[in-house]
Amino acid sequence: MSEIVERPVVTAATADVEMASVHPDAEVVVRRRQPKAWRGAVLFVLGLAIALVAVLAIRDNGWIQLLVVLVGFGVWYAGASELGRARFGPGFDLLGWLCTAWLVVLVLAAIFAPLLPLGESEDLTKSILEPANATPDLLSDHPLGTNNFGLDMLARVVYGARASLVVSIGAVLIGMVIGGAIGVLAGYYRRAIDAVVGVGTNSLLAVPPLILLIALATVLEPTLYNIALALSLLALPSMIRMARANTLTFTQREFVLAAKSMGASSGRVMLREIVPNVVLPLASYAMVMVSVLIVAEASLSFLGLGVQAPSPSWGNMIAEGEGEAFKQHPHIVLVPGAVLFLTVFSFNLLGEKARKRFDPRAAKL
Amino acid sequence: MTNPTAPLLAVDDLRTTIHTARGDLRAVDGVSLRLDRGEMLGVVGESGSGKSVLGRTIMGLHTTGPLTTIQGRVEFDGQDIHGLRAGQLRDLWGSRIGMVFQDPMTALNPVKKIGTHLTETLRKHRGLGRGAARDRALELLAQVGIPDPRRRIDQFPHEMSGGMRQRVVIAMALANEPDLLIADEPTTALDVTVQRQILDLLDRLQEQLGMAVILISHNLGVVAGRADRVAVMYAGRIVETSEAGALFRAPHHPYAEALLAAIPRLELPPHLRLEAIEGAPPNMLRPPSGCRYAPRCRYAQDDCVSRTPLLEGTPDEPDHRYACHHPVNLEPLMPVTPAEPEGAR
Amino acid sequence: MTVRSVLKRLGELVIVLLVVSFGTFMLVSLMPGDPAVSILGEGHSQAEYAAVRADLGLNDPVFERYLHWLGDALSGDLGTSIVPPYVDVADRIMAALPVSVELAVLGMTMALAISVPLAMISAYRAGGRLDRMISAGTFGILSVPSFLAGLLIIMVFANQLGWFPRAEWSRLSEGIGQNLYHAFLPALTIALAETAMFTRILRNDLIGTLNEDYILAAKAKGMGTMHILFSDALRPSSFSLVTLMGISLGRLIGSTIIVEYLFALPGMGSLIIGAADNGDFVMVQGAVLVIAVIYVVVNALIDISYGYLDPRIRRAHV
Repeated sequence: MSEIVERPVVTAATADVEMASVHPDAEVVVRRRQPKAWRGAVLFVLGLAIALVAVLAIRDNGWIQLLVVLVGFGVWYAGASELGRARFGPGFDLLGWLCTAWLVVLVLAAIFAPLLPLGESEDLTKSILEPANATPDLLSDHPLGTNNFGLDMLARVVYGARASLVVSIGAVLIGMVIGGAIGVLAGYYRRAIDAVVGVGTNSLLAVPPLILLIALATVLEPTLYNIALALSLLALPSMIRMARANTLTFTQREFVLAAKSMGASSGRVMLREIVPNVVLPLASYAMVMVSVLIVAEASLSFLGLGVQAPSPSWGNMIAEGEGEAFKQHPHIVLVPGAVLFLTVFSFNLLGEKARKRFDPRAAKL
Repeated sequence: MTNPTAPLLAVDDLRTTIHTARGDLRAVDGVSLRLDRGEMLGVVGESGSGKSVLGRTIMGLHTTGPLTTIQGRVEFDGQDIHGLRAGQLRDLWGSRIGMVFQDPMTALNPVKKIGTHLTETLRKHRGLGRGAARDRALELLAQVGIPDPRRRIDQFPHEMSGGMRQRVVIAMALANEPDLLIADEPTTALDVTVQRQILDLLDRLQEQLGMAVILISHNLGVVAGRADRVAVMYAGRIVETSEAGALFRAPHHPYAEALLAAIPRLELPPHLRLEAIEGAPPNMLRPPSGCRYAPRCRYAQDDCVSRTPLLEGTPDEPDHRYACHHPVNLEPLMPVTPAEPEGAR
Repeated sequence: MTVRSVLKRLGELVIVLLVVSFGTFMLVSLMPGDPAVSILGEGHSQAEYAAVRADLGLNDPVFERYLHWLGDALSGDLGTSIVPPYVDVADRIMAALPVSVELAVLGMTMALAISVPLAMISAYRAGGRLDRMISAGTFGILSVPSFLAGLLIIMVFANQLGWFPRAEWSRLSEGIGQNLYHAFLPALTIALAETAMFTRILRNDLIGTLNEDYILAAKAKGMGTMHILFSDALRPSSFSLVTLMGISLGRLIGSTIIVEYLFALPGMGSLIIGAADNGDFVMVQGAVLVIAVIYVVVNALIDISYGYLDPRIRRAHV
């Protein structure tokens, strides 16, 4: 699993760089240019203007339009970031907010998909009359284009999000609940239960994750339920270990001993004292886990072993664009690819921030 | 280029300012000193007095950059340390200037053999081949008093005791027979019994190699009886400096007096309380105006806060300088030999 | 490393392998429906189904079947594929394995070769512009799934630019030059994710190491920057690299599988995915067993070797 740990940057004690951490009172900060609100505002508006011009004016060449939009976005980003820092202080992280916004929009779109004015995502009979392989054009009927069968890409992306999110979040929840319970029991009772759980976890970890998924996909029907169950097996070992480790720490603490001495039963102790303390580190880990599972589900669907076409999943949408199709209609791969990347990126970023904040190591102090 | 009668090291009004998020920290705030060849200078002060930063600035480990500003001048054998390029400094370090660090466990690379620590500096500065470097390393280990060097040379740091590790650190610093050795709290991390052995070793080596030594410590007892001259630092400045004996006979600055009084002595009755110095060192981000010791000084007067005292000697004792408006012990004390402080020969 | 601890480790290994093999064996029972039907297809007589079931030993108690199966596997017989062309599973796996192993090893080597210098550059001027760029870059790469990266690489380098081939393979026995030419692009794709991960973790480790006193002491001896970086800083951090390699083995295997499939190379990837698509569970069982055994054994070897490499741990047991 991705262990993206950030340590606070002090300095590197090498030839030309300072060692400012030598004095007990010293605290080091890397200096940046002072943010100015006016400069931020100017760049903000300028960026928006560039992007708008691109969308409205450059309608014939998709690549040029995309390039100019990206340039505009870059300018807007610099401006918004500076504005934010000027207004809210140097700790303002625009990227974090953008990622949060992206995820919120994605989740809301996935939840309310049936109510949204989207094109046809799945039913081939209804899309027969639509143009096939239409290029993305933000102002047309098909803002993100259509695929080989005339199905609307935007709609497919949204419904694909539905599938991916349901499966991944479901799997993580299952992993958290069951894995957490097993871990707490193992950490609390130890001895025999712990040994068995240990062997089980090690065995599960002994099979490389993708292999496990492929093996299960061979014998199970590819329903959303089965896919979620299979994915939860990926999350299970780490959840068990984390819950167990945290339980071991907390079982020694005074408040648990106090509850026991007051005659509380084991179950009550576990539920009231230990579980609340285990939930937080587990939850912050779960966030990082979600992105891993989204990628796993996408990989499975890409290989044809997950969500089956024509039901959309980002993975099988990307698979559609393989080979010749990519040369002529790259958007079939790039649209779901970009969405997948942005989603995984956002989960990773926010997951890392969450871990920094609620670092289990710090919480144990 | 080098004048044999000129001092080996001349420090003029040195200031080291560290830029932090909370403001500018003036770790060294106007220090001047001289060191001749073969002389040992003891620099004594509490934690936070700036003595370690002073040592590193003299060496050039702290230089002007984005986080630090150096003002003033450090002249080593006629060369301006802070005017040298990185490559030139590296040529000096380890060959003409050596440094001994405080904690021997962390000063040695735990995954490198003892021998390698020594041979790499020998090969870099003297261009020795592998065999010659190893022979010399064995010599060095014997010189610093490590028994059975042939076995020890291939060991790792964690296989040795603290005292032995510090001997290795000293050997590392002396490998190329430097002219100047800066020892930053070389015994602080060691057991008391071992401390004396290490200090004796440093004495011996200094005599053998004829090098100048700056011995930095928070413990006056460490420098007593060993250093030729002593400088007492407080809050980034030198508050008193003199020939060692003179300071111990009659400290003129109240801080130096208090430091001396705080050393426990064997011959004093056991029920006497240790005289600790009250208060704490000042905040170096916003040091007090005037004399910085005034807030803790038992003799403080109004003019101590309003006028900053300068480091000056008197006509009788021009060499014994102190920065105080109301110095103590100016009249010669009764010619009684004070009880020898701990750690003296 | 005491003999006792090594034996203990081996003992755990054997237990895990037994559990994994049992799980693999029981995979079939997860299948809905009758295995005999999946093999023969619909529309056969009950007698024919019964014969197939007896052939597969499906009427015997579970444990007996398992031991029988395990015994066969240990002697090299992994069964026969249930779909045409009914090849011998063990033979197929033996042919496909070298390809995958070569790609995995190449990928790992590339990853190490790229990530170590990148991490050193990052850590040397931590917080500087290059460091932040590398940091952002690696974070971005980690957010791209390997199949997507592979697809894009194929599209750009193999199809568009035509610099490297796809869907061709040249065995080592046919000459190393051709072999490497065919292996380069897939190995690079595999190396991407690993490089990003190694660079990040190694960078953090190096920064920690560079803050240690002995680095300062080395500097004060006048040692040059390159020397300090390689000789003093890299050594302690290299142990975490070894552990990293162990941890990333699982992901490496997964990447290799997908990349082989994307590049249509005759390795374990195409084998196992093809089998999964066809529902050929015997082939999948055999492949999973082989891969799991390799994975567990390599992990254990890395664990044991770690004890030898770090002198602090090694000498402590002397």
